[in-house]
Amino acid sequence: MSSRTGRLALAHLWVAILAFGVASAMALMQALSRAALDLPWRSAKMYYLSVTAHGTLMALVFTTFFIMAFGYVVAERTLGRPVPHRGLAWTGYWVALAGTLATVAAILSGKATVLYTFYPPLKAHPAFYIGATLLIIGSWIWGFVVIRSYRVWQREHPGERAPLALHGMMATVIVWLIATVGVAAEALFLLIPWSLGISKTIDPELARMLFWYFGHPLVYFWLLPAYVVWYAVLPKVAGGKLFSDPLARLVFVLFIVLSTPVGFHHQFMDPGIPASWKLFHAILTFGILFPSFVTAFTVTASLEVAGRLKGATGLLDWLRKLPWGDPLVASVLLSMLLFAVGGLGGAINAAYGMNAVVHNTAWIQGHFHLTVGSASALTFMGAAYWLLPRLSGRQLELDLLAKVQPYLWFIGMVLFSISNHITGLMGMPRRIYDASYGGHAAAEAWRGLTGISAVGGLFLFTSAGFFILVMLGTGLAGKKRDAEPIEWAEPLEPTSRRATLLDRYGLWTVVAVLLVLIAYAYPLWSHLQMRRFGSPGFTPF
Amino acid sequence: MNVPLYEKIWMWAAGGIIVAFVATVLITSIGGALQPPSHVETIDPTQVFKDPRFAHAGVAVDPNGATVVSVGMMFAFNPPVIRVPAGTPVTFRMTSADVTHGFSIVGTNANTMLVPGYVSQFTTTFARPGEYLIVCNEYCGLGHHLMSAKLIVEEVRP
Repeated sequence: MSSRTGRLALAHLWVAILAFGVASAMALMQALSRAALDLPWRSAKMYYLSVTAHGTLMALVFTTFFIMAFGYVVAERTLGRPVPHRGLAWTGYWVALAGTLATVAAILSGKATVLYTFYPPLKAHPAFYIGATLLIIGSWIWGFVVIRSYRVWQREHPGERAPLALHGMMATVIVWLIATVGVAAEALFLLIPWSLGISKTIDPELARMLFWYFGHPLVYFWLLPAYVVWYAVLPKVAGGKLFSDPLARLVFVLFIVLSTPVGFHHQFMDPGIPASWKLFHAILTFGILFPSFVTAFTVTASLEVAGRLKGATGLLDWLRKLPWGDPLVASVLLSMLLFAVGGLGGAINAAYGMNAVVHNTAWIQGHFHLTVGSASALTFMGAAYWLLPRLSGRQLELDLLAKVQPYLWFIGMVLFSISNHITGLMGMPRRIYDASYGGHAAAEAWRGLTGISAVGGLFLFTSAGFFILVMLGTGLAGKKRDAEPIEWAEPLEPTSRRATLLDRYGLWTVVAVLLVLIAYAYPLWSHLQMRRFGSPGFTPF
Repeated sequence: MNVPLYEKIWMWAAGGIIVAFVATVLITSIGGALQPPSHVETIDPTQVFKDPRFAHAGVAVDPNGATVVSVGMMFAFNPPVIRVPAGTPVTFRMTSADVTHGFSIVGTNANTMLVPGYVSQFTTTFARPGEYLIVCNEYCGLGHHLMSAKLIVEEVRP
C-alpha cells in the first residue's frame, strides 16, 4: 500500500470505528429499555435520542466511512497504482467528517430526535439535514475518485476488464450515485429550506417517496462491499479460490440494474400511492433475490474448494477444515449464516399480503439486524481485522478477543433477532420506549421475549466492545512490523482478461436509469399533479 | 459464460422459487382480494377537525357494513374506543392531524400509515369477537409508546 493512499484509507477507517463504538453504546440502552429494566437514566427523551443516534451513526456514518476506506484500498491495490486526485479525496473526507459532526451535534443536543428516517413533519434543527447532506456530498467525491482510478487505469489497459474486487466496488459506487439523487433532492428542495423557515410547509408523502427511492438501494450500498469481501477476500484468506469469476460479475451487474426501482415496497402501507405501482415495485424486488441466491452458491463453493485444497474428503468434511479461528473467516461465515435467514425474511417483507402483518413491527428491526447488522456490519468488522494491520504496519493485538468476537455477535444476534421477529408477529411495534401499553393482555404476551432480546443486546454490546478494544489496541499500541500484502482471490479456472458485456459500466448505468424512470417518473409526476396540502413542522421531542 | 452443472441447477431452482413467489403475490392481489391500503385522497392537515369528512369521528353502522372515521394525533387516537360488529365489512377512514402516525390492530393484519395531508382507507372484516389493542407504529414524538386505542369486536346476535 502506498503510504499516501494508506493514510487516506486509515483516516476513513478510524471515523467508521469510532462511530461504531458510540452507536453500540446507544444500542445497549435501547435493548435494555424495551425490556423495562429500571435503569437510573432511563427516560423517553434519552431513549428516542439514542435510537436516532444509533441509526444515524450505524446506518449512515459507520457504513459510509468504512465503505469509503475499503473503496480506496480496492482502487489502489487491485490496479497497483496510487489513487489519483488525492487532494480532492481528502477534501471529500473533511466535508463528510464536518457533516457528520454537525449531524451528531444536532442529535446529541436533543434538537434532532427524528430517527434516522427523519420523516417530516417531524422537524429537526437545520444542522441535522445540512450535516447529512455534507456527508453525502463527501461520499460523491469518493465515488468520483474511485471511478477516476478505474478510468485512468483503463486508458492504459484498453480492452482489459477491471479486477473483480474493483468491479464490485464500481457497482457499489454506481448504485450509490443513483440512490443518493433521491435523498439529495429531499434534503435540498424540501427539508433544508423548510427547516430554515424559507418554506412554511412540506409534503410528507413526497418526502417519503424520495426517502425510500434512496432508502432501499442504500441497503445494497451496504451489502455490495460485503459481497466484495465474500467473493474477492474470503476465498483467499480461507485458502481457496473463487469458484466462478463471470457469475460474480453478473451478480454485481444485476445489483446495478435492480437496486433502485423497488422503493415502494417500504411504503406498501402508505396512502397516496396507487396499488398498481406498489405491485410493480414488489415484483422487481423479488427479482433482486436472484443475485443473492447465486452468491450463496458461488461463495459456498469457493469455501468448499478451500476445504478440499486443505485435504478434506467426503461430503461435508471441508466445512471442518475451514479456518474458523481466523477473525475474518469466522466473521464472514457467521454473517453469511445470519444473512441467509435475513434475506428470506426480506422476501416475506416484499410480499404484499404478509407485509401488512409485519410492517413497522419489531419484526423489521429483527430483520435488518440480520442484513445490515450482520451481513454488512459483521463482515466489515472481519474485514477491519484483516485491513488494519495491513494498512498500519502493526500486528493485530488482543487477537483472542478478535477470535471470540464474531461468535459473540452471532449468539447475540440470534437471541436478539429471533425474539424480535416473534414479538413483531405478535404485533409489537418497533421503536418504542416502553412496551407495556397500560398492561393490556396483548402487550403482556411480549414480555419474556423482550427480555431475551435484551440478553441478545448484552452479547452484542460485549462483542462490539471487544472489536473496539482490538482496533484501539492494534492502532495505538500494536507491535510494528512489515505489513502483510493485501491479496485478492484467484478464480478457480483461469479466465480471459478481456472486458465483456458485463464490464460495460456506462451501459448498465443507462439500463438502471431507464428502469428507475419507468418505476418512478410516472408515480412522481402524477403525485405532483394532485391537489396537495403542505404540513407545518412539529418538534415533539 | 461457462456455468458448472450444479450451479445451473441451483440457478434454475432460484429462478423457479422467485417465479413462485411472484405468482403467489399476483394471484392473491389481482381481483382485489389482497391489496395494501393504497387509497389516494388528500386533505388539508391543518383543517382536519373542521373538514366535514373528519369533523365527526366515530362508527356508523348500516346494513352493508360499518364505517370508522378516526383521527390520529400526538399521542392518541380519536375515538379512543372503536366498537364494530363481527363478521361485517368495516371500512376505516383515517388521517393525521399533526405528524406521521401508524395504525396497527394487534393480532390482525389491519395496518396503515397515517400521513398528514392524506386520507388512509381500507376495508377489512373481523371474524373473532373480542377486545383488540390498537397501537401507533410510527415514531411520532416522546409520547409515541403511549399512543394506543381499543377495538371491540362485538358478536352480532341474529
